[in-house]
Amino acid sequence: MKTLTNLPFWLVLLVVAALASAPIVMGNVTMREDFFFILMLVILASSINIIMGYTGYVSFGHIVFFGIGGYIAFYLMQTFQAHFVLAALVGGGVASLIAFLMGSAVLRLRGAYFALATIGINEAFRSFVSNFEPFGGSIGMFFNFSVYDAYGGAKNAGQFAYYAMVALVLATIAASFLVKKSKFGLGLMAIREDQDAAQVLGINPARMKVITYTISAFFPAVAGAIFFFKNGIIEPGPAFELHRSIEALVMVMLGGFGTVTGPIFGAVVYERLRGFLITNPTLSQAHLVIAGALLLIIVLFVPAGLIGWLRQRFTAVRRYLE
Amino acid sequence: MNIEALIASTFDGLMLGFVFGLMAMGLTLIFGVMKVINLGHGPFIVMGMFAVLVMNQNFGINPYLGLVVVILLGLATGIVVYFVSLHRVINSPELTTLLATFAVNMMLIGALTIVFSTSPRGLDISLGSLQFGKVTILGTRVMAVAIAIAVTIALYFFLYRTRQGKSIRAVANNRGAAELMGINSTWMLALSFGIGTMLAMISGALLATMFSFTVLSGGGLETKSFVIVVLGGLGNPTGALFGGIIIGLLESMTTIFMPVSWVPVLEFVVFILILLVRPNGIFGAR
Amino acid sequence: MILTIENVSKRFGGLLALDKVSLSVKEGEIFGIIGPNGAGKTTLFNVINGVYPPTGGRIKFRGEDVTGLQPFDMSKRGLARTYQVVRPLTELSVRENVTVGACFGRENLPLEKAEKVADEVIDFVGLSTRRDMLAGKLNVAQKKRLEMARALAARPIVILLDEVLAGLNPNEVADMLTVVRKIRDQGVTIIMIEHLMHAVMNLSDRVFVLDYGAQIAEGTPQEVSNHPKVIEAYLGDPKVAQRFLEGSA
Repeated sequence: MKTLTNLPFWLVLLVVAALASAPIVMGNVTMREDFFFILMLVILASSINIIMGYTGYVSFGHIVFFGIGGYIAFYLMQTFQAHFVLAALVGGGVASLIAFLMGSAVLRLRGAYFALATIGINEAFRSFVSNFEPFGGSIGMFFNFSVYDAYGGAKNAGQFAYYAMVALVLATIAASFLVKKSKFGLGLMAIREDQDAAQVLGINPARMKVITYTISAFFPAVAGAIFFFKNGIIEPGPAFELHRSIEALVMVMLGGFGTVTGPIFGAVVYERLRGFLITNPTLSQAHLVIAGALLLIIVLFVPAGLIGWLRQRFTAVRRYLE
Repeated sequence: MNIEALIASTFDGLMLGFVFGLMAMGLTLIFGVMKVINLGHGPFIVMGMFAVLVMNQNFGINPYLGLVVVILLGLATGIVVYFVSLHRVINSPELTTLLATFAVNMMLIGALTIVFSTSPRGLDISLGSLQFGKVTILGTRVMAVAIAIAVTIALYFFLYRTRQGKSIRAVANNRGAAELMGINSTWMLALSFGIGTMLAMISGALLATMFSFTVLSGGGLETKSFVIVVLGGLGNPTGALFGGIIIGLLESMTTIFMPVSWVPVLEFVVFILILLVRPNGIFGAR
Repeated sequence: MILTIENVSKRFGGLLALDKVSLSVKEGEIFGIIGPNGAGKTTLFNVINGVYPPTGGRIKFRGEDVTGLQPFDMSKRGLARTYQVVRPLTELSVRENVTVGACFGRENLPLEKAEKVADEVIDFVGLSTRRDMLAGKLNVAQKKRLEMARALAARPIVILLDEVLAGLNPNEVADMLTVVRKIRDQGVTIIMIEHLMHAVMNLSDRVFVLDYGAQIAEGTPQEVSNHPKVIEAYLGDPKVAQRFLEGSA
């Protein structure tokens, strides 16, 4: 495929890999924890971009896959002492399967109806899991610390989780690139522009949307598995926190939707800003207000986001800021 | 199964349903007129709650009298919010308006948290109760229903009998044609948004007379409003009222058959099913 | 007969948009469809194309019964279509637009080959200078050409042209007609809905007339323009029709 010889593809991956390895190289655990969280946001934002940026379908409740992946993996590790990597991949697989099954029904809906449906799905899963005893009901599940012994103790497990997150982020970015620059991606963009015209041109929108949705569900699910593995505790509220997927949407808009690098920048900038606001004594109370105001300004005046704006202004950089 | 408990429960659910219906009406009206899903709906409900709280606790004003203030506050806030956040992007794709209203949501919740913090609040108010055998009906509930019905009738009168109301319906139907007829669609849109937020605030005020609340109560109520709106048909105010009643009844009656914690699951499953099977809702979208 | 429509009807609630329409199109010909506004011409295209299933009747394309198939199935079988009110993919460039056609049409080409085909077709319709422009920024005539290019990039066997000349000034019309002839010369069968009388009458091998959803005449342009029912419904004056025939495109 042409993408693999595409310079920007490798460049972006290289830069991200280099930055992500900084905390390991420098041996700085605080930095590593910090980066861990940011990488997770990058994954969330990028996967929302895969479904939203490329097809135009706004998945408000996308966080549901984070929760599903987290819970399935946690359960497997807790109950069957499954190895973390296997459990995470199974979590991802289950989420993708659910996305595939639900997608066929839900992607027939347009615009607002689809957005609402995804919210309903997230809330349905959350309230279901809160009642589901095998998953700990409303209390959730927590690891017996012996689970970490298999990885050399809790500290090592933390390091291991970081490596896993880095690997996942690279995989997500690669997938995002591949989807965008392929024939498949072109078809998605045609669907986004005008679904009916796309049909007349030979595109089968239903099938392509479902495939895209399925792909976009895998990455947040594995991220959820990694996150809760490291956390040691999983509860319905944090696992299916609607606010998080809406924040991911904001990151995509901030960075530039429909681009690969946009969600990366958006996630980093948003998280840095939030961190700054929360730790700043005078502004911490106002962090939500400021974030909201920022979002409004972007939506009203710079809808293409940071990367989108750069690409429009500086066409020379266009190639490198896919 | 205690028959009296069932009756009491059903009645209660019915009455609550009216208030829920009122709550959802604002959301559905806004969607019907300008095809925007107002993600700021929750915070407006909360604003209504806190408005009566402040008036009652700080100024000793009876919440029911305070409703007049709430009405004006709701209209004014809505119109301002419309011009600040939606006016520029009203013709943009859905995602843009969704995010714009969500930004407003964030700002409102942030502001309310700064002023009121997230601790639970309650209105100390009682209107006594009526007794029917073993069934007790709270006065506050009856009052809330009465007001909800009154507001609904007023809304209908406005939409169908006044010039502004008809203009709003014209704009909802076909904005371009309405403009050609000399209707200032921008003001009509702003007014509709104001009415929508006003309805949300009134319902918040009424809910405050019945339950304790926090700044964050809006979230759950907003999701409930989505369910009601879809049930009743997006854009259909009557549908919203009936949808609210259905949800109210559903919530109260199903607690007889299943543990309370399962009720949300049922609600959301119904929600998804309606979207898939009958996206126009039970009463038809407008 | 590359395309046959047998007794096709289409009902929308109480409205009968097409009333037992039957026609056959020969391979390689230019088949014109005319009729007053609201006669059901675009509906006929929508039914052939798969956008709506017919309420009754059958459609046969290249010997296969394709009644009720979806638009993308029809596209894969070699039937392309342009819209009366053009539908460019506005945020994509001209090249990207046409590449979509090449990728997903009959030949289902991979991306690189599709881009090459797209470039050829863009040259063919004369949009080479606008290759990298965003489709939304083109003028009407250019958008119409883009619409055609996109349909042609799919290498169709039959192309449905819905009022490609509408909204064009006389110069643009002349240019577009040249393109239409070039398409026919490539062996593509053309079915065109047109209001511009002199164009249809001069270009078509056969003409089909629709009024209130039903066929009122079919034949050569000469025959149709002299047909009393057509004159009555549409042309008003047989002498005018004759003049169109003798006039130039």
